[in-house]
Amino acid sequence: MIRFESVTMRYPDSDAPTLANVDLQISEAELCLVVGRTGTGKTTLLKAINGLFPHFTGGTLTGRITVAGRSTADHLPREFADVIGMVGQDPNDGFVTDIVEEELAYGMESLGLAGTVMRRRVEETLDILGLVDLRHRALSTLSGGERQRVAIGSVLTTHPSVLVLDEPTSALDPPAADEVLAVLQRLVHDLGLTVVLAEHRLERVVHLADTMVHLTGVGQPIEVGTPADIMATSSVAPPVIELGRLAGWHPLPLSVRDARRRATGLTTDLRTRRAASSTENSDRNATSAGLLNRASAAVDRKVVGQIRGLTVAYGGKPVLHGIDLDLLAGQVMAVMGRNGAGKSSLLRAIVGATQHQRGTVSVTGHDPATLPAHRLVRTVGLVPQDPSDLLYAESVDAECAAADRDAGTPAGTCRGLVEQLMPSISGSVHPRDLSEGQRLILVLAIVMTGSPALLLLDEPTRGLDYPSKRTLAAILQDLANRGHAVVVATHDVEFAATASDRTIVLADGEIVVDGPTAEVVVASPAFAPQIAKILAPLPLLTVDDVRALLEDEVA
Amino acid sequence: MRAPDVTTPRRGIFAFSETWVGLRPRAVHPGAWWAWAVCLAIAASRIHHPLLLALLVAVAGSVVMARRTDAPWSRSFTLFLRIGLVVIAIRTIAQTVFGVPSPGRVLVTLPSVELPGWAAGIAIGGPITDTALAVALTDGMRLAAVLACIGAANALANPKRMLASLPAALYEVGVAVVIALSFAPSLATSVQRVRAARRLRGRNDHGIAGWFEVAVPVIDDALARSLSLAAAMDARGYGRTLPMTPRARRQSSTLLLTGLAGLTVGVVALLNAQLATEWSLATLGISIILAVTGIRLAGHRSPRSRYRPDPWATAEWVTICSGAITVAAVIVTSAIAPRMIQPVLIPMSSWPLPWLATGGILVAMLPGFATPRPADNAAQASVSPPRIARWESAT
Repeated sequence: MIRFESVTMRYPDSDAPTLANVDLQISEAELCLVVGRTGTGKTTLLKAINGLFPHFTGGTLTGRITVAGRSTADHLPREFADVIGMVGQDPNDGFVTDIVEEELAYGMESLGLAGTVMRRRVEETLDILGLVDLRHRALSTLSGGERQRVAIGSVLTTHPSVLVLDEPTSALDPPAADEVLAVLQRLVHDLGLTVVLAEHRLERVVHLADTMVHLTGVGQPIEVGTPADIMATSSVAPPVIELGRLAGWHPLPLSVRDARRRATGLTTDLRTRRAASSTENSDRNATSAGLLNRASAAVDRKVVGQIRGLTVAYGGKPVLHGIDLDLLAGQVMAVMGRNGAGKSSLLRAIVGATQHQRGTVSVTGHDPATLPAHRLVRTVGLVPQDPSDLLYAESVDAECAAADRDAGTPAGTCRGLVEQLMPSISGSVHPRDLSEGQRLILVLAIVMTGSPALLLLDEPTRGLDYPSKRTLAAILQDLANRGHAVVVATHDVEFAATASDRTIVLADGEIVVDGPTAEVVVASPAFAPQIAKILAPLPLLTVDDVRALLEDEVA
Repeated sequence: MRAPDVTTPRRGIFAFSETWVGLRPRAVHPGAWWAWAVCLAIAASRIHHPLLLALLVAVAGSVVMARRTDAPWSRSFTLFLRIGLVVIAIRTIAQTVFGVPSPGRVLVTLPSVELPGWAAGIAIGGPITDTALAVALTDGMRLAAVLACIGAANALANPKRMLASLPAALYEVGVAVVIALSFAPSLATSVQRVRAARRLRGRNDHGIAGWFEVAVPVIDDALARSLSLAAAMDARGYGRTLPMTPRARRQSSTLLLTGLAGLTVGVVALLNAQLATEWSLATLGISIILAVTGIRLAGHRSPRSRYRPDPWATAEWVTICSGAITVAAVIVTSAIAPRMIQPVLIPMSSWPLPWLATGGILVAMLPGFATPRPADNAAQASVSPPRIARWESAT
């Protein structure tokens, strides 16, 4: 179906090719998963399938790509519209019309299909994707999961034989992501579609894939194989795989179910080790029992932020209602909840970016909303969902210098933080040319320049691969240990499990759960990280917890 | 999702029409609404009779009330009415204060300004007579009525469906307009977001420098978005063309250009009273035919088809014909009895009521109940419905 023959791709302003000598064949009705670290060219590879690279992005391509017998060299992307359905990262970017039904019909109109055919296909697609009740709705009123399904539907109506999706679940909460992936699985199984999928959060998709393409690095050769083979050595791996690697299982289990069946021995072993270490002495227990060590690591638990009866409404619609919260120094708190539950609103209300109708917010004794801007940066910092909102300058160095001026800190403070967090960021680069992860670290450094007592991060893990997320989790823990209070709004349960020691869950503008991360996430099937599901009822959340327990006993 | 509510009766006196017409709810073709409204506007521009003008506005308003949707543009009728009131006020003040002195009973005498001899005939201030006031008010009403007709078309015709009905050759222009319309709100939120973010950097948003710094990320954002939209549209087949011979392309562009040039000449000639009207009308007619043929030929190049196009059926004919009848009745009346449609305004008791024009205007009410009522369009609902709570049960 799709064939790459010694394809080399190079962007115009780079000296090294992004992908070199790619030979790849994806046959019909196959679900192919493209994985790799950030910036290794996953999106570029997907865009090359229908010729958006290089026809739209610029750059040079040598070699030959054919889809259904047509070469991208002789055909423009629009001429592949009947064969390839392409769904980008953010569905909003691809919407042309504003009503669900019209959006579904758009592609067919471009192909000039007959009216009766269009009517039939729109009805079919509404059924397949469960969109019947939404047909007359405006796209702007849909939730994230619904939008993603409409985006998939809008390319399905032309009856393509190939579906290409770039991180379809990256912006979705866990239930919405499940919704979209279930749809994809049905399309492969029922319609025999060929699906090419790029993903960062592999924990949900790795067991769905037939083949896997692993991009090992810029310009490096790619690896193609079955998921189990690729995952054994891959540079990115979900927790279930890491656990399998740690335990030395072969073949690697790919799903929670497989892993749980293999894990009976490990679970017994871990249980006896826990019991043994707890009888040995209670001090060591604190460090060895995984999650417990985080709960007691903090030195000073003074209250940094105090929120009482916070109520926020947009245009008469309540978003947050009567929130009471104490934010403690030395603690990383995760804020979870479905899309639209009020996570971002809570963070914005804390920094005073949104006006609240009732209640009080006080951070180290001041209300951030009334603080002058130059004092605000020394009190509370927010890394927004789109970090580039905070970047205005032409280079990293200029950005750092500006941050020092804004916060009134000695020159070089911000640059020092960047060095400390991620030395690989070069000072002369334009912030736009940084990778997703590097940009986040730069903004984090800028925000931390004023050394605010309270640090807030809104969905920081979007577009980050596993190693980058681990780095970020370590950085946040370190900040907490130095006495900052950290709040992270996220729907990445694995990240929350790794990075936080307290979790609150927002629903309908209220706090429904507040407690230690270990207890909160284990109690909920929607939030439980993979390791907790595999090793239940042991209260272990991450591979590091398991590793610590195993190594601790050995030592 | 709000279920289409078919059984609920509509507002006021039109409640009976639901059962009477028994048509499936659908939107009437926007072109029909515009044609109807333009007919009414032409009629209004010929009427100098306050009562008839008021009747005409009332008729247009009743149709708007009966057939508008909940869409944002449906509220534009009241806006146009308000603009009309302002026009009446301005017109009245201007005409009474700066107008030529007219006979009649003096209502009030304003202090007047003596103008030099070359401006004889124009007076500022001075006595205001009842005739002058009545004439000014009626003139203002005429303009306001024309505005109300345009407002009615705006409220009734869905602008996006109107663009969708454009001929294929103009389709790309239409898409550009639609995208521009949907980008404006997102640009506004983008500006808000970035301005809020500036405070997080410890800067205040005062001064021109501040605005420049806001502009950088906002424009960056907008550009990135338009690029990805362009890519997405291309990947979905936008701009696919059928092969066309160079000769056919030359033909269609020649026709189109000649037609447009002729159109300009024709309009200028028509406005210029010294040229013969027949000639300018002929030029106009021929150029319109040329331009339409050119657009049609160019349209053959695009293979696009249209999903659920607005049908042109009885309701559309009813709408257009009712408007045509109105304008015909008014024109006929003004031809056979000009005093009836442009009465002597003072004394008021002498206003005649021409039965033909009155009846004609009332016919324009027909689309208010003889067309299918619009489907309750949940698409315009701005409130997002609650999502099924799946998590509560899970926790």
